[in-house]
Amino acid sequence: MTINNLVQGGLYVALLIVLAWPLGSFMARLYEGKRTILDPVLGPFERLLYRVAGVKPEVEMNWTAYAGALLVFNLLGFLAVYSLQRLQHLLPLNPMGLGPVSPDSSFNTAVSFATNTNWQGYGGETTMSYLTQMLALTVQNFVSAAAGMAVLVALIRGLARRQVETIGSFWVDMVRSTLYVLLPLSLVLAVFLVSQGVVQTFRPSQTVTLLEPARDADGKAVTEQTIAVGPAASQVAIKQLGTNGGGFFNANSAHPLENPTALSNLAELVSILLIPAALCFTFGRMVRDERQGVSILLAMTVTLVGFYGFTASAEQAGNPMFAAIGADIGYGADHPGGNMEGKEARFGIAQSALWATATTAASNGSVNAMHDSFTPLGGLGPMVLMQLGEVVFGGVGSGLYGMLVFAIVTVFIAGLMVGRTPEYLGKKIEAFEIKMASIALLAPSGMVLAGTAISVVTTGGVAGIFNPGAHGFSEVLYNLSSASNNNGSAFGGMSTNTPFYNLLLGLCMLVGRYWIAIPVLALAGSLARKKAVASGPGTFPTHTPLFVALLLAMVVLVGALTFLPALALGPIVEHLMMTAAA
Amino acid sequence: MTTATRTRSLFDPRLMKAAVAGAFFKLDPRYLAKNPVMFVTEACSVFTTILGIRALFAPGEAPAAFTLTVSAWLWATVLFSNFAEALAEGRGKAQADSLRKARRDIQAKRLNTEVRTSPFNLVAAPDLRKGDIVLVEAGSTIPADGEVIEGVASVDESAITGESAPVIRESGGDRSAVTGGTRVLSDWLVVRITTNPGEAFLDRMIALVEGAKRQKTPNEIALNILLAFMTIVFLLAVVTLLPFSLFAVHAAGQGQPVTVTVLIALLVCLIPTTIGGLLSAIGISGMDRLIRANVIATSGRAVEAAGDVDVLLLDKTGTITLGNRLATSFLPAPGADPKVLADAAQLASLSDETPEGRSIVVLAKQLFSIRERDVEGLHAHFVPFSATTRMSGVNLDGRQIRKGAADAVEAFVRSLGGSFPNEVRAHVETVAKSGGTPLVVADGPRVLGVVHLKDVLKGGIRERFAELRKMGIATIMITGDNPLTAAAIAAEAGVDDFLAQATPEMKLKLIREKQSQGHLVAMTGDGTNDAPALAQADVAVAMNTGTQAAREAGNMVDLDSNPTKLIEIVEIGKQLLMTRGSLTTFSVANDVAKYFAILPAAFAATYPALKALDIMGLTSPTSAILSAVIFNALIIVLLIPLALRGVSYRALGADALLRRNLLIYGVGGLFSPFVGIKLIDLLLSAIGLA
Repeated sequence: MTINNLVQGGLYVALLIVLAWPLGSFMARLYEGKRTILDPVLGPFERLLYRVAGVKPEVEMNWTAYAGALLVFNLLGFLAVYSLQRLQHLLPLNPMGLGPVSPDSSFNTAVSFATNTNWQGYGGETTMSYLTQMLALTVQNFVSAAAGMAVLVALIRGLARRQVETIGSFWVDMVRSTLYVLLPLSLVLAVFLVSQGVVQTFRPSQTVTLLEPARDADGKAVTEQTIAVGPAASQVAIKQLGTNGGGFFNANSAHPLENPTALSNLAELVSILLIPAALCFTFGRMVRDERQGVSILLAMTVTLVGFYGFTASAEQAGNPMFAAIGADIGYGADHPGGNMEGKEARFGIAQSALWATATTAASNGSVNAMHDSFTPLGGLGPMVLMQLGEVVFGGVGSGLYGMLVFAIVTVFIAGLMVGRTPEYLGKKIEAFEIKMASIALLAPSGMVLAGTAISVVTTGGVAGIFNPGAHGFSEVLYNLSSASNNNGSAFGGMSTNTPFYNLLLGLCMLVGRYWIAIPVLALAGSLARKKAVASGPGTFPTHTPLFVALLLAMVVLVGALTFLPALALGPIVEHLMMTAAA
Repeated sequence: MTTATRTRSLFDPRLMKAAVAGAFFKLDPRYLAKNPVMFVTEACSVFTTILGIRALFAPGEAPAAFTLTVSAWLWATVLFSNFAEALAEGRGKAQADSLRKARRDIQAKRLNTEVRTSPFNLVAAPDLRKGDIVLVEAGSTIPADGEVIEGVASVDESAITGESAPVIRESGGDRSAVTGGTRVLSDWLVVRITTNPGEAFLDRMIALVEGAKRQKTPNEIALNILLAFMTIVFLLAVVTLLPFSLFAVHAAGQGQPVTVTVLIALLVCLIPTTIGGLLSAIGISGMDRLIRANVIATSGRAVEAAGDVDVLLLDKTGTITLGNRLATSFLPAPGADPKVLADAAQLASLSDETPEGRSIVVLAKQLFSIRERDVEGLHAHFVPFSATTRMSGVNLDGRQIRKGAADAVEAFVRSLGGSFPNEVRAHVETVAKSGGTPLVVADGPRVLGVVHLKDVLKGGIRERFAELRKMGIATIMITGDNPLTAAAIAAEAGVDDFLAQATPEMKLKLIREKQSQGHLVAMTGDGTNDAPALAQADVAVAMNTGTQAAREAGNMVDLDSNPTKLIEIVEIGKQLLMTRGSLTTFSVANDVAKYFAILPAAFAATYPALKALDIMGLTSPTSAILSAVIFNALIIVLLIPLALRGVSYRALGADALLRRNLLIYGVGGLFSPFVGIKLIDLLLSAIGLA
């Protein structure tokens, strides 16, 4: 860990918190139906939308109706994305004349974008027409993020309300999340990114003459290069803000036209965690105790910083086998040292490690470096962050609701130790809550383990694994962790655009999304019905450093106990073998 | 109860013997199915036994000796858990059985009408139904719980309360409830039976401590669900290790896939067997502790709710103060000798047998060494207290000595031509303001002064309330006194609030108000007019001496009829929940060490580099796995006393309590297995097993 790495990490966290606070307060007002500064501009448009759609904004839903609306909405989104891919050759805005996407890949991508995973089995610029990118993928980037926020807001209402059946209107929460939060923020970010040189055009790929001809693998001279372009800035903005992560280009934010400068890198990096961090403040405001939101945010931030330190240190330490043969892997004034394989020289170790940590802490999945090329421990960090259930910031909305599920389980065990029926924010945690929380915690972990097991013993699964040994296993584990936890980040080094992986990962994404979202809505409904217990010196406080530490310990312990055996056979043994060989 | 007697009863050899037998009976899978963790453990035991026996005849995946040793320890794990439950049950049942015995073979005289002299026929006690009328005469046993509708009798309730002094039971009023199994010593009672067979307090109490029939409490159900899910998670983590291992062997090109025996050993070590095995014992012994405190709960739910209570309504008399007011000082009128005042006050009280009167006599003796005199010998004429005069006293040698309320005495002296000095009036007010009762003493027309009668707090009650406050429990004193007096006593006792001139309606209103603010309220009560409030309260303890209505409205009955018991009940409820939470934390924290023992052992052949994870430096893979399994089984035995006694309880705030329990059971649970497993490993290699 160098001073450079520390300063860059510190600045990032500080900037993130400073920006998240006002946004969090704004969202609290928004979801409570109070007037916001954007009302004069967007209010009429919002009301028009409700009139057109025939939605009565004042009619609230109970949890089953809310969950039903979510499912129907996502199903329609899935069908739209699937059809657009299958029919893109017949539709306009396809200057490259790209053909229809295969059924299994279309299924995978449709699930992926509807569930806010944004796992990409395909290469964007060579597969998707501009229309598909914009109408199918970018639209889902917005609404899948909004859906996560809606479910979270419903859960917060469940905690804040007393003895009522309803938890809000799904349609209103969707419209407000998209119209008041995601659209304005994306607009600002997209314009900023364009100013930094991110491409935004409808023109087809450009062919340019190389200044210095190169030779290809067969030794033939190459004089021309095809540069993919397109309406990238608008999609990049929402892919970062909505913790989507599906890049416009295959190389994602390592691509110079998707992330050209240090400033664009910082802006994209802040955007990854901005809304998840702000929602913690929103939560505190809405439950009328800002300390509750701060303590959750603190638990997330401490974990983030810890993992950043771990990954950055592992990358900075580099590969001892290189040191053993005399390469200088130390840090110096004119060279970064450490492990630079798979990293953009302009980002270096700090920005790459920071991005890798942020993108896997949040369920973003965009990359600016190849995680597959990280050292074993450097790759372990991002992998574990996903396996923790995407609750360290996590997806917009989904991260915090996942964390609140952990808070409920933490309160249940720790609360017993103070000699009272456990309660969270005054709501008693009883059998039903524990059942729902357990399902939400179990489902993604189960899919990671079962999916990895299936992949390593079936021919369809093994066929996609290129790397030998423990690293091959790490890759499978990473990809299954990514899909099951709706992250979408890819380790690389594997061929996953096959019917086997498209179907398996699609299934993982579905389970990882809805087997959490629906139990969470059930929790919201059950909590809303309860009365609140008065708090006093005998109640287990959930705003103290002790609680922050406990919550952290619970998240890490559950993750470690579930995945330690698998990790031991992947990155851990890889690391041990690497150090032993050096 | 001292620790010594508890320890003795915990390891009573007779109970132990029965528990060992019970441990084997409980192996019945139909019974174990109710406990997901132990059910999985038993399934694993069966499976490894089969594997081991097969390996005896044909070479299996692992040596037969190893598999059978693992299998033996897995069986031991289940048996230890069953033993804990059987032991807990035994302790509760021992007491319940002795109660049950009291009711056996009772013949009841069932009357045809409610009149004592009406004809009757003899029926066995278990055949009595609710509404039956029975006659119980001196020397016979009351056949079932009921209410006295005619007669008055002394009843020996020692069978259930342990208190040998007989109590009076009579129709009407607040002492009309009788309990089945108690014996009428004198006279007779006509009793209306209020319970059907199987519903009596005794039956409910027995049901709470019998594992098979016991209804799980809400929190226990929730914890069981969590444990079941944890078991599923670990099942997945372990089952998928087989394909992972196959792939690893293929990838590394060396070693053998992990054996099923090792996987099963790992599974049983990881699933929360410690808490899963002791959960039932913890619940039963919680109820048992309550029964030992001579409290019968009608449901386990009520006991858990007791831990949640944060408002206690306590009756002033009997709970906060000793039942009676006592004289504490003499305040003479101007010009009056204090000794003369004391002497007159004593004379006026000589024939007054009320505790207040006695206390005046005692105080005069203490302060001025005025001996008690014989009223007869003085030829004095005693004037008893009456509602019209509101005074009492003596007529002696022409003197009219009176003591009484200020206004009554004032009227008395004025009628004799005397006056009421302002200084005395001031004394009266001071005493009243301080929460005391002023008694003015007059000798004929002359006012001598004031006797200060005071409510005396029970010893240590103030400290008790301070403890409760630390635990986050507010105390509210209920009294019929006027607000002034009530405020003074409340301040002295250190209660948080008081309800003065309380009526049953006000109590009910107060409970509803507190509940609507989100508080959980506990109270005690005995009279029929307490019944609505008892029914409304979250934890309602009815006095055993109370009416049947009160006993039915409450969810607990205190056999000792001691209102201070409420505090003890709250502590028992808290301790029950704390024990569960602490052992769950301990159980989960243990898993870390087990991973470090088993993972390197299981994969040493495939990836020798993983040996680096063996931070305990265990002798061999076989010994590592055996040590973990043995530790996992033995820890249950070691924790049985803790499960049965409950974790030690201190009156602390939630934050401090949590810190303490986390340190002991969380951090302790993390590190202790490292030590334990290493020790077992050393022992195994010392005796040459590893």
